[in-house]
Amino acid sequence: MTSPARGTTRFTPSPGPATKPPFDPVQARTRCWRMRKRILQVSQKVSALHIGGAFSCLEIVDTIYHGVMRRGADGNSPDTFILSKGHGSMAQYAVLEEMGIIPPEEMDLTCQPGGRRATHPDYGLPGIEASTGSLGHGLALAVGMSLADGIQQHDRLVYVVMSDGELEEGSVWEVMMLAPSLGVKNVIAVVDLNDFQSLGRTSKILPNFYPVAEKIRAFGWEAVEVDGHSPQAVHDAIVGRKGGRPLMVVARTIKGKGVSYMENVPMWHYRSPNPQEYQQALDELDRAHRE
Amino acid sequence: MRDTFSRTLYQVAKADPKVCIVVADISPAGSMQQYREEFPERFTNVGVAEQAMIGLCAGMAMRGMKPFAYTIATFAIYRPFEQVRVDLCYQNLPVTVVGIGGGLTYSVLGGTHHAQEDIAVMSALPNMSILAPCDPLETEAAVWACARHPGPMYLRLGKAGEPVLTANAPEPFEFGRARCIKRGAGTCVLSFGLVTKMALELTAKIEREQGGQVAAYSIHTLKPLDREGLSRILAQYDRVIVVEEHSVVGGLGQQLKALAFESGARCRLHAFSLRDEFIHCYGSHDDLLKAHGLHPDLLYAKIFA
Ligand SMILES: Cc1ncc(C[n+]2csc(CCOP(=O)(O)OP(=O)(O)O)c2C)c(N)n1
Ligand SMILES: [Mg+2]
Repeated sequence: MTSPARGTTRFTPSPGPATKPPFDPVQARTRCWRMRKRILQVSQKVSALHIGGAFSCLEIVDTIYHGVMRRGADGNSPDTFILSKGHGSMAQYAVLEEMGIIPPEEMDLTCQPGGRRATHPDYGLPGIEASTGSLGHGLALAVGMSLADGIQQHDRLVYVVMSDGELEEGSVWEVMMLAPSLGVKNVIAVVDLNDFQSLGRTSKILPNFYPVAEKIRAFGWEAVEVDGHSPQAVHDAIVGRKGGRPLMVVARTIKGKGVSYMENVPMWHYRSPNPQEYQQALDELDRAHRE
Repeated sequence: MRDTFSRTLYQVAKADPKVCIVVADISPAGSMQQYREEFPERFTNVGVAEQAMIGLCAGMAMRGMKPFAYTIATFAIYRPFEQVRVDLCYQNLPVTVVGIGGGLTYSVLGGTHHAQEDIAVMSALPNMSILAPCDPLETEAAVWACARHPGPMYLRLGKAGEPVLTANAPEPFEFGRARCIKRGAGTCVLSFGLVTKMALELTAKIEREQGGQVAAYSIHTLKPLDREGLSRILAQYDRVIVVEEHSVVGGLGQQLKALAFESGARCRLHAFSLRDEFIHCYGSHDDLLKAHGLHPDLLYAKIFA
């Protein structure tokens, strides 16, 4: 599939060279409230939308797009976003809709006949820079891109959002060892550390998964741990990186964040709420936002 | 072929700054020296990490480069199969996966190193193309074709010391086209890769014993298969013989039989492939081929039984 947007994300054009946008954590919170409700709305027509994992990485994805990815004068960003945990696509689609890259009509057709957005992002569609859905692929793509950027002397950053379950894939650790060894510096990965995978708590299933940040550091990365639902904390961790090596932000999150009955309940990894549950979820989100 | 590959890659890389190579701790040896000296930044060794090799190549291709991934055939496509499928084929990226030691080339290294079903496995992937040149000259042409190709490619090579077979071929190498490498009438032999040498020995034997001129074709492009050209061959000759260093499952023989049926061919069709078996048998490359039933005398006896 070819499309003019293949391989780049279009932002609102900005004058001058590519610049980092101003960051406003209050607006970020409002957007995330709107986007959670929007994702729930779409879920009413789709049975397996993976809401839990979308809600856990929503602040992360929003902060990267709105808070740190640079905007170029021509409207294209020199930077790249890869959602390596592809099943969290609704978070990315919601952000792309907010940015005007996915029209609302297209968003409404997610996973519907006539639509073109699936549960997992497809390379070539506007705003999508890699096909993901099989866990453990995105980091290698990012490092390959960054390696090519180095060869071609392009000033580009690659952002990758991964899940903690994904870090159980061996392919991730091949690249983890490799990236700093190759001198790759411009990859910024954020791990959505919600301590849940499909079948339950990661700390129960694989206790030796922890400590995570130490393992990442041992492989040569800069690693910091933050509250993944704090846009400010995610922003500051990325902006404040020391540099000289790739960065991995370990972002503590809650799977299903924002809806009481979804939080930390494995079923909501993929289930969609029924009409009553839907209403309750909206009420909870509105109440929390007013407070 | 290894040397030809690296010599040609050097030329290709000189002509096109987007060409690069990523290896997984296996490298086309000495002949790579010149490349590495001149284009050090376009040579990457990821270590013994084939999934990373393919994933990185995909990322580089997404940035407009034309990477070659290079290692022993089994490790180039089987270990990172899903990276080949998703990263390269699903995203349709211009990456060439070079498998050295295709077929049974790595005879004494045993079954872990034999790529005897690689064509079948790679053929099943949408967007994938496959090239298996039969000699150093075709290898050179194939590497240029890979660098020009807009999508994923599996380039199946042998190892070292292959003889030149196509110096006097009546037709040039053209990607996607069955290539006549020896003219003849009545009978023709189709082959690809290293075993084409045996196919030519077979043509010589048939000519000696039966008289006449036997034609030979290099079916270097296994995907997309030249259906038109092959249909013409099936119509033109009375007897068509396939000799392939590949499993009977999903190789040229099976595909040609399907095509013969579809095109209503009337010729006699003999297909000789590797058995669908892991044979625990050691010796030279030729010894292993013979254990699979591939030897000019054995083939001749079966054809004219
Ligand atoms: C290679 C691969 N294996 C299995 C799956 C099926 N799968 C989808 S999500 C998931 C695990 C979910 O846990 P996690 O990766 O931590 O994601 P999150 O908690 O952020 O939703 C699995 C096993 C997959 N998509 N890819
Ligand atoms: Mg998780």
